[in-house]
Amino acid sequence: MGEIVRVRRGAYHDSVTLMLVTSRVAEEEGASDVAVVMATPLNLELLASQGFDLGGEDDLGPADLVIVMRAEEEATERLLAAVDRELAATREAGDDGPQQARPRTLRAAARRNPELNLALLSVPGRHVAYEAAVALESGLNVFCFSDGVGVEQEAILKRRALELGLLFMGPDCGTAIVDGAGLGFANAVAAGPVGIVGASGTGIQEVSCLLDAAGVGISQAIGVGGRDLDARVGGPMLRRGLELLADDATEAIVAISKPPDPAVAAEIVALAAGAGKPVVLAFLGLEDPPAAPAGVEYAATLEAAAGRAAELVGAALPDFDEGLAGDPTPGFIRGLYSGGTLCKEAMAIVAEAVGRVASNIPLEPGARLADVHVSEGHTFVDLGEDDLTQGRAHPMIDFSLRTERLVREARDPEVGVILLDLVLGYGAHPDPAAVLAPAIAEARAARDDLSFVVALCGAAADPQDRERQRARLLEAGAAVTASNAHAARLALRAAGVQEVPGV
Amino acid sequence: MSETETKALLGAPPAAANVGVDLFAQELERQGVAVDRVDWNPPYEGTETALSRLAVEAAAVARANDEALARMQAARPLLVGVGVAGELLPEMSARTFLHAGPPIEWPDMSGPLRGAIVGAALYEGLASDAEDAERRAAAGEFEFGPCHERGAVGPMAGVVSASMPMCIIENEAAGNRAHCTFNEGLGRVLRYGANDESVIERLRWIRDVLARVFAAALERLDAPIDIRAMTAAALQMGDEGHNRNRAGTSLLIRELLPALLELDEPSAEVADVARFIAGNDHFFLNLTMPAGKATADAASGVERSSIVTTMARNGTEFGVRLSGTGDRWFTGPSGRINGLYLPGYGPEDANLDIGDSTITETIGLGGLAMAASPAIVSFVGGRAEAALEATLSMYEITWGESQSYLIPALGFRGSPVGIDCLAVVQSGVLPVVNTGIAHREPGIGQIGAGLVDPPWQAFAKAARGLAEVD
Repeated sequence: MGEIVRVRRGAYHDSVTLMLVTSRVAEEEGASDVAVVMATPLNLELLASQGFDLGGEDDLGPADLVIVMRAEEEATERLLAAVDRELAATREAGDDGPQQARPRTLRAAARRNPELNLALLSVPGRHVAYEAAVALESGLNVFCFSDGVGVEQEAILKRRALELGLLFMGPDCGTAIVDGAGLGFANAVAAGPVGIVGASGTGIQEVSCLLDAAGVGISQAIGVGGRDLDARVGGPMLRRGLELLADDATEAIVAISKPPDPAVAAEIVALAAGAGKPVVLAFLGLEDPPAAPAGVEYAATLEAAAGRAAELVGAALPDFDEGLAGDPTPGFIRGLYSGGTLCKEAMAIVAEAVGRVASNIPLEPGARLADVHVSEGHTFVDLGEDDLTQGRAHPMIDFSLRTERLVREARDPEVGVILLDLVLGYGAHPDPAAVLAPAIAEARAARDDLSFVVALCGAAADPQDRERQRARLLEAGAAVTASNAHAARLALRAAGVQEVPGV
Repeated sequence: MSETETKALLGAPPAAANVGVDLFAQELERQGVAVDRVDWNPPYEGTETALSRLAVEAAAVARANDEALARMQAARPLLVGVGVAGELLPEMSARTFLHAGPPIEWPDMSGPLRGAIVGAALYEGLASDAEDAERRAAAGEFEFGPCHERGAVGPMAGVVSASMPMCIIENEAAGNRAHCTFNEGLGRVLRYGANDESVIERLRWIRDVLARVFAAALERLDAPIDIRAMTAAALQMGDEGHNRNRAGTSLLIRELLPALLELDEPSAEVADVARFIAGNDHFFLNLTMPAGKATADAASGVERSSIVTTMARNGTEFGVRLSGTGDRWFTGPSGRINGLYLPGYGPEDANLDIGDSTITETIGLGGLAMAASPAIVSFVGGRAEAALEATLSMYEITWGESQSYLIPALGFRGSPVGIDCLAVVQSGVLPVVNTGIAHREPGIGQIGAGLVDPPWQAFAKAARGLAEVD
């Protein structure tokens, strides 16, 4: 192995470039002890200490380039060419400007784009509180799909949002329609005179779709998250929503919630009375509601709330008179739902006629399912509950859990009817009937006395093509109705229950 | 209903940042709404509780960070003079040796740090030879402490002993001071752990000649040198303030030269001083660093602030301090430097990351200002764009942009400044640090330079400390 020494006088390169060149040439096959350096005294000393002899070169200075290495003679030319190649390469400018990567933090995103006014959060729940706080401090309204914010945290974050004049929709907020944009799971409903503020995603979807069926559009639909009316949170965003819906575009307001804390309910009622326009309160399942002042009225179901709102703006819901696909079969009703509020609404109607209905979101504590996977008599399951969605997508997107359960329920000879919701719109499955219809058809092929009832929650303009979805389900042998309440009544009839409430 | 009425809720057409499931972004885009996607990843392991707890204090944290950053921006570090460590720094005994980075004791010290302490002991006349110095150090005869805890910073090993001359930087805005030794140049020098006679001889010359002449020249100036202004000018000339200091040093000697020529000192000594400064590109680093410390220290102690006020390495550990946690250190293992090497050396020879010079990154210089320094882009792969990208990525984790340090290549945008520890922990984006590489054996010196990732653990611990989770 020979010693290669080359000197190029006056060929200046900065030391960092030369270190890079040295390291690259050193990777070439057959090269060892490579150094490409300027002839500074320090470098000359280093080269001498490695045994390189530059004795033949006089007066070397820092502006002179020195190339040394040890290599076999036949490799010399190739390695010196590599030095030239690498020296040239360091001068080539990239022709693509700097690549600015996507923002990594919400704060930076807001700074980079001053137009931003909204943050959509759907990160794992245990991380979401921090992101929500950063969003608020960055001046962004928050739509928080994730659950996982503690109730005390929720109260503090919402108080902060109010201080900053921002909306905090959530946590666990499924739906909103903000200035015409559907957030999360939302339907393509037209702009119109009814404003909605709701602590329930599917509640908002059902009311806005029923109004859509009545030809009535939505001004805004503000989701507030399921716990907003808890005593510890105090309903701040529902109240803020009522204030915001005082705008000129809104003629009537629907407020939707699970049973609120009584004290919070009383405050909401008082605030609603001062809204300056009629307010329909759908406090589903609230017993002994406070007396309704003028301009405020209660609705017991989503259907009733939508119907009343339609009337208030001079319209009417269509008659939901869809009938059963076949004869009634006495047996248990099994409700398999993707929307929690829809599940509760249907369950309340069924329970009124048959008594106890078991559920994982029971109407009363005594009716809780011992095992969520095993039905007991009349049973309603909310498949969107947290303990069932761990590790999988929401049942509005992922139908596997529901079809599995459907097949199991269909094999139970005591079951007379299976009731399902099917929610369309942005965020939902792109073609849900393509999954559900074959499962229904197969179950009915095995048991033609089994009834299926589907509550089809969708707007005419939804991307899934609602009418095609309906046709597909009808073809499979299901009864289909746009009203979830009517679907519950149909289920009672299909199960041979004589005293059907509200019919 | 008219269009304008429907725009009431958010005050402007919806424009969303999506964090999480991309389906929601796609569905909004389908409706014609503009969406910016945030590239989200889970925060560092073990920081969930801290971030969640701090979420409800986000407003207080933001206010505190605004205050800390404002103090950094206001800082105006001036070079006010030269003194002696034993008189300037608190609790400096004759047997005290300060060092770079977080606290460390002799058994845990790396080669270069031990070598520098041995050299300083010889310089102070506390040992007869290197072996004797090591024996005394091991026997507990010396006291060790971080420079950062005594109002000083030191490059690489950063060793300071009582009789060493120190440059004095005073932050005119807040009145606080910081100190640093003179830069010794490259090659065999104390800060890389070299301790032979040539090293000690140079230290004596620095003490007896350089410090005296330099101080006398400073006194002749009309006003103290504004290091912030000089650094800002150097950034316009291709320095980034950590690894490239050629412009800063040139500006300094230009400022000093007339005063040097007027001194009533032996002309041979004055010439030696001028030659020494002019021949050492890094001379200015030892002024940028204490200026950085005076700037960062001013921002320390703002309750709840998550702004990083110290990043420093002792060759074994990398330490971080936050404004809101004051003097408390949070540490992780010092990293391996991904760098380029002088001929004859390679990664197997390298010591772990060492030095207080990361104070430059702490105030928005160095790696954070990489875009200012096309001359050293080879450290980031040789593409000029990569230097710009490095700086651009730092805006993701900094609270603001420097009002003083402007980057020509970014349209004179202020460099990213005020590293937010919580943003680091949440995003996993670590500060870009570029630094020199010391040989792991004492006494050999600098063998290269490159980039190093700070240890994420230090930032994770700091976030927990701020949240009082531990």
